[in-house]
Amino acid sequence: MIITGAEAIIESLKNENVDVVFGYPGGSVLTLYDALYQAKFRHILTKHEQGAVHAADGYARATGKVGVVIATSGPGATNLVTGIATAYMDSIPLVAITGQVSVPLIGRDSFQEADIRGITTPITKHNYLVKKVEDLPGALKEAFYIARTGRPGPVVVDIAKDVFAASFDYQYPEEVKLRGYRPVFEGDSSILDKVLAEMRLAQKPLIFVGGGVNLSDSSKELKELIDLSGFPVISTLMGLGCLANDHPQFLGMVGMHGTYAANMATTECDLLIGIGVRFDDRVTGLLSEFAAKAKIIHFDIDPAEINKNVIANLRVVGDMRWSLPALNQEVRNVSDELKGQVRTWLEKVRNWYKEKPLTYVQNSDSVMPQAVVEKVSQLTQGDAVIVTDVGQHQMWVAQFYGFKNPRSLLTSGGLGTMGYGLPAALGAQCGLPDRPVILFVGDGGFMMNCQELAAAAEFNFPVKVLILNNQCLGMVAQWQRMFYGGRYSQTSLKGSATDFVKLAEAMGVAGLRVSKPEELEKTLQEALAIPGPVVVDIRIPEVLDVFPMVPAGACLDQMMLGGIEE
Amino acid sequence: MKHTLAVLVENKPGVLTHISGLISRRAFNIESIAAGYTEEADTTRITIVVEGDEIEQEQVVNQLSKLVDVIKISDLTAVESIQRELALIKVKASAATRSDIINIVEIFRASIVDVNRETMVIELSGDETKIDALCQVLDDDHGIIEIARTGKIALSRGPIPAKEQ
Ligand SMILES: Cc1ncc(C[n+]2csc(CCOP(=O)(O)OP(=O)(O)O)c2C)c(N)n1
Repeated sequence: MIITGAEAIIESLKNENVDVVFGYPGGSVLTLYDALYQAKFRHILTKHEQGAVHAADGYARATGKVGVVIATSGPGATNLVTGIATAYMDSIPLVAITGQVSVPLIGRDSFQEADIRGITTPITKHNYLVKKVEDLPGALKEAFYIARTGRPGPVVVDIAKDVFAASFDYQYPEEVKLRGYRPVFEGDSSILDKVLAEMRLAQKPLIFVGGGVNLSDSSKELKELIDLSGFPVISTLMGLGCLANDHPQFLGMVGMHGTYAANMATTECDLLIGIGVRFDDRVTGLLSEFAAKAKIIHFDIDPAEINKNVIANLRVVGDMRWSLPALNQEVRNVSDELKGQVRTWLEKVRNWYKEKPLTYVQNSDSVMPQAVVEKVSQLTQGDAVIVTDVGQHQMWVAQFYGFKNPRSLLTSGGLGTMGYGLPAALGAQCGLPDRPVILFVGDGGFMMNCQELAAAAEFNFPVKVLILNNQCLGMVAQWQRMFYGGRYSQTSLKGSATDFVKLAEAMGVAGLRVSKPEELEKTLQEALAIPGPVVVDIRIPEVLDVFPMVPAGACLDQMMLGGIEE
Repeated sequence: MKHTLAVLVENKPGVLTHISGLISRRAFNIESIAAGYTEEADTTRITIVVEGDEIEQEQVVNQLSKLVDVIKISDLTAVESIQRELALIKVKASAATRSDIINIVEIFRASIVDVNRETMVIELSGDETKIDALCQVLDDDHGIIEIARTGKIALSRGPIPAKEQ
C-alpha cells in the first residue's frame, strides 16, 4: 500500500487499536493533522500540550491502554516534558508523537527545533528520531510494544517533518524483534518454594503492595494471596484500590502520611513481602531503620528495582500475572497453617488500626476537607474514579476515600506534579465515559492547568472538579509551619481575587460553592446530578495539617499523630 | 572492587548518550569507558570499568540492561580475560635525550611512532599499571607534553564470546 508517512501513522494507530489521541497542532505536524482530519480520527484538542499529555496519562491509568499524545516540534514538544516525566515515574504506558524539523534542518538551531530525544532520554523508557519514512512503521510498532510490555512507561517518537509527507510502501510489522528488550514474564519458579518457606517461618509477616499490582491488573490474585495467607496488608499511595479498603486484614497506607498501624507494623514485622513496590523515600522514611527487623522478599517485574533502595533477602523477578498465581498455588496447601500462625500478630496490628484510626478534628463552623472526602465516598459508594492533584488534599483523599477498586485512584505519586489532576481527569473520563470521574484539587494546583476546563466544556466531559480551597499552598505551608517557624514565604493565596465559580462559568462549566458544613451534602448531590462538568469551590480552613506525619528522613515509628493524642 | 563489563549495544545514533547519561544520572562510579565496532556490523562493544561493591555493580548492570539498545552485558571479571589499553604519549626529546628514551621504550616493549626535533610520540599497549609505569618514568626523566589513552578493552580467554555468555 503506497501511502504517506502521515497516513502510515493513522494506519499504525488503528493497528494498535488506538481510538483516540490527545494533542495540539503546529507547523511540523501539519501533514499529520491533515491526515487525522481526512481519516476523521478522534482527537481531543486540549488547551495546552501539558494538558494533552496528562490527559493521555489519565486515559492510560484509567483504562490500562496505551495513551497517545501528539505535539509539534520545539515548544510543543518541550511542553510535554513534565507530563512525560510524570508518566515515567509512575510507569504509565504512553506514546508521544512529536514533530521535528525537516531532516536537512536538523542540528542547525532551525525555527522551532528542540532536541526532544536528548531532552527526554532520562525520562522515557525509550525514544526514537525517525528520519526515513521506511523506519516509521517499525518505530511505532516498537514504541507501542515497549510502552505496554514489561514495566510500562512512556516512549517518544520524534518524526522529522518531511517524513510525514514522504510516500512509501506501507506495511505494519507483524512482530517486534528487539535484541536488547526481552521483558521477563515468567521468572524462576524454584524461588517460590523459598518464599513459601519464609512465609511458614514468619511470626509477624506483612504484605506490602504497590502500584505494580494496579498496573498488572493483578488485584484478584493479590486478594487470593491475602485471603489464603491471612497476612496483614499495607499499601503505598499507588497501590491503593488494589485491595478493598474494608478488607479485614488491611492496615491502610504506609509512609510519611500513612496510618499508625501500617507504620508500626512495618517497624515490627519479621517478614515484609513487597509486591510491585519500589521502596520510595516517602514510604521508607529513614532507610536504615525501615523494616529493620524483617527479612525482605521483593516481587517486581523490573530487576533493576531489586536492591535499589532496600536490600532484598529473596527476589521474585517476573510479571505478577505469573508470580502471584504460582505462589497462590503453593500457599493454598498451607493456608490453615499460615492463618493459625499469624493470628496473634494480625489481632495485634488490627487493634492498632482500630485504636489509632485516621481521625481529624471535627469543627461545626468549617467545612473539613476530610469530611468532604468521606461524604463523596459515601455518595459514590467508594466506586468512582478519583483523580487528585498534588498537596494536602491528595493525602486526605488517600486517607479518607476508602478505595474499593483497582485503577480507581489516579494521582501523580512519583513526580508529584501539581497541575496533573484536571487534564488527567478529562483523559480518564474520555476513556471511561460511563463512570463517574471526580477530581480533588487544591486552589494552587487547579490554577496550574485550569485552562482545561474549557476543553471539559467543549467535549462535554462530565468531570466533577472539587476544589478544596484553603487559600494557600497547603502542603508547603504545612512544612513552613512545622519546620520553618511559621514563616509563610510565598504560600498564601489570600491575595487572589479569582472567583472559581465565575471562572468555571466563563469557560462554559457549571460552578457551585460550599462555604458552610450544612451546604456540603446538598451541593455535592447537586453537582453529581449535573450531567456535564461542574466546578465546586469548597472553602476549607486555611490552617490544617495532614496527620499522621513522619518527618522526612525520620523512622516510620516516629509519627506526629496530630489530631489523635500523641 | 573493580569490575570490567563488556556491554554489547545496537550500533545506532544516540546509544552512547543514553549510556553515559544513565551513568551520570544514577551517579555510578565509572573508571573508564571505551567503545568500538565488533565482528557484527550492527553491534558496538563498550567496555566499562566500574568501581564499587557488589550491590552497586549489580545496579549498574541492571540499569544498563534496561536500556532497549543494550543487547547483552557480561562481567569479564568473573571469567579469565585479557585486558588491554592503548596509550599514545608525546614526550619532550632532544638529540641528547633521545637514546635514553629509546632505552626506556625497549624495556617496556613500546614503540616510537613519531620523532621530530623536540618531541617523540610513543605507543604502548598493555594493562593499566604498565602504561602508568611508563608514563611515570617518562614524565620524571623527560617531561610528558600530552597523553591520549583509550580506556580499557577486554576479551575473555575461552572460546565463548561475550554475546553467548
Ligand atoms: C509543579 C509543581 N510545583 C510545585 C510543587 C511543590 N508543591 C507541592 S504541594 C504544593 C502546594 C499545593 O497547594 P494546593 O494546590 O493549593 O493544594 P493543597 O496542598 O492546599 O491541598 C506545592 C507548591 C509541586 N508539587 N509541583
